[in-house]
Amino acid sequence: MWIIKRDLLLAMRRQSDVLTTLFFFIIVVSLFPLSVGPEMNMLRTMAPGVVWVAALLASMLSLGRMFSNDYLDGTLEQMLLSPQSLSLLVLGKSFAHWLVTGVPLVLMAPVLGIQYDLPTDALLVLTSALLLGTPVLSLIGAIGAALTLGLRGGGVLVSLLVLPLYIPVLIFGAGAVEANMAGVEFDAHLSLIGAFLLVSIVFAPWAAAASLRVSLE
Amino acid sequence: MLQGVNLACVRGDRELFKDVNFSLEAGSLLQVRGPNGSGKTSLLRMLCGLSNPAAGEILWRDTSIRSLNGDYYAAVTYIGHLSGTKDDLTVIENLRISSALAGSEISIKQASEALKHMGLRGREALPVKVLSQGQRRRVALARLLVCNTSLWILDEPLVALDVMAVKLIQEILEQHLQRGGLIVMTTHQEIMVTATSITQLHLA
Amino acid sequence: MAINWFKYSSPASFYSLAGKMIPIFVFISVILLVAGLYVGFFVAPTDFQQGEAYRIIFIHVPAAWMSMFLYVVMAFWAGIGLAFNTRLSSMLATAIAPTGAMFTFIALWTGALWGKPMWGTWWVWDARLTSELILFFLYIGFMSLQAAIDDPRRADKAGAIIALVGVINIPIIYFSVQWWNTLHQGASVSINQAPAMATTMLTGMLIMVFASWMYSIAVILKRTRVIILERESHASWVAELQKKGAI
Repeated sequence: MWIIKRDLLLAMRRQSDVLTTLFFFIIVVSLFPLSVGPEMNMLRTMAPGVVWVAALLASMLSLGRMFSNDYLDGTLEQMLLSPQSLSLLVLGKSFAHWLVTGVPLVLMAPVLGIQYDLPTDALLVLTSALLLGTPVLSLIGAIGAALTLGLRGGGVLVSLLVLPLYIPVLIFGAGAVEANMAGVEFDAHLSLIGAFLLVSIVFAPWAAAASLRVSLE
Repeated sequence: MLQGVNLACVRGDRELFKDVNFSLEAGSLLQVRGPNGSGKTSLLRMLCGLSNPAAGEILWRDTSIRSLNGDYYAAVTYIGHLSGTKDDLTVIENLRISSALAGSEISIKQASEALKHMGLRGREALPVKVLSQGQRRRVALARLLVCNTSLWILDEPLVALDVMAVKLIQEILEQHLQRGGLIVMTTHQEIMVTATSITQLHLA
Repeated sequence: MAINWFKYSSPASFYSLAGKMIPIFVFISVILLVAGLYVGFFVAPTDFQQGEAYRIIFIHVPAAWMSMFLYVVMAFWAGIGLAFNTRLSSMLATAIAPTGAMFTFIALWTGALWGKPMWGTWWVWDARLTSELILFFLYIGFMSLQAAIDDPRRADKAGAIIALVGVINIPIIYFSVQWWNTLHQGASVSINQAPAMATTMLTGMLIMVFASWMYSIAVILKRTRVIILERESHASWVAELQKKGAI
């Protein structure tokens, strides 16, 4: 648990990093109306997809920080030598990563949704889908971040590895909002994202821990 | 207690060393020597379990460390080239967090006690990034005072330290050996530690 | 007949065994390819709905099958390499990736060529095409990760982890894309709706599948040989081969 506290403390000392991710998210979402035109009907249909893709990119951009600083100053080495389970540590770190990058996105999403003229209940669905889905992004992202530790061009590489794996979350996350706007049941979408979340809580930290051991060998 | 059997290390295409054997009992120190690039750090990382030997086996209390995992880590403290401190955290936060990571949480009082001993009194609340190289090293080495592990693996612990600090560390090492601890270390300096046994291991 | 299989798990013996086997597989694959193309383009009847354009399936379908099959095989060998630290299986996995990616690419390309006369557009976001595209991304990810890592042992292990994560994800991705597709397009166009296939068509396709199979084995063995030479360049048996002028 204290690993979460540690990572949050570090994030507090480096607030600019957190804000950069958030502003990236806001800017990407705001660019779309400028590129496709301000026609409200079209924007409304595009909104869920745009917000989700921007969230994917924002969360991916911040993955580099998840392990690389700890790798450079040797604290990651110490984590590998900890008698505590490395998978649990990774889970803690992923959770901290989500608190720092995911939660601000979730909180910001309704505001951006308003820009796109989303109806209130659609905003609600969008926010809850993001709330369930963004932790999955952090968890899966941990695997990619761990595998690319210390590699040249790690940042671009991590996107190649991780983005295809994000697709299911994207489909059902954006799908939930679209279903809601079309007046269809969206519970199934949310339950599926919930299922992805459970599966990734179980498997992703384990795979990321194995990747860390490989990368530090 | 700690044994290396026919250890070999391969980096890329090159074989750094092979058939390295040693056996270390409680209260003794193993000094690993050799020129740059002879695989000293690689050997220490193997002993920590961070990397696997290309051949051979490392035994802790007659059990392969690969099957021990967490139990082994609970008995080991490793201080490597990298200090393992976070620049943005204060000195005392660093010490407390790294101890918690190593499985033994310590109170603020214990931590400041240890820091005082390391000559860092009055600097507890400074972020590590404003410290000098030698002071950072002291922060890292302060972990030795608060850990209760029996095997210490130290990679060039005396580097960047001034004469006073070197003396201090040697005292700490000596006390550890007297308590029956084990030390594996690399250093280019002569070690002035009176111990029951100091073994030297030369890597070609 | 007791064959010592472990003998062949050493790179040196695998190298010479593969050298003997490659010509056999090349031979079989050429024969099958010629036969398959002949059946496909001259014997099989013209489809009454799709005309001549359908004949691309003799390439498209085997390529799509191979692309998926090879990913699983690749992940399998990579996983074996990770679990048992057997170098040869990791090398096999590395050797499989480019062939798999090539088949994925062929499947996408021929899919587009087929799409144009069928649907009037080069690309449709059909569930299968989309999944194939994502599979292509997964191959690219695997290959670029391995390419970015200098230390071959780390490359093997890291590749294995991403391949296994990919294999677990493929069903999930496929399922998601399927769902997404039905949600958005309904059943406007679907490849499954092809009418019952004539026997000759099926024969032609199966021959082509076997041909690509044999081709893959030959190419993968060849590539594995090259990887073995690269990685074992300091080993004595490579030096001996060199002395004999065999390389």
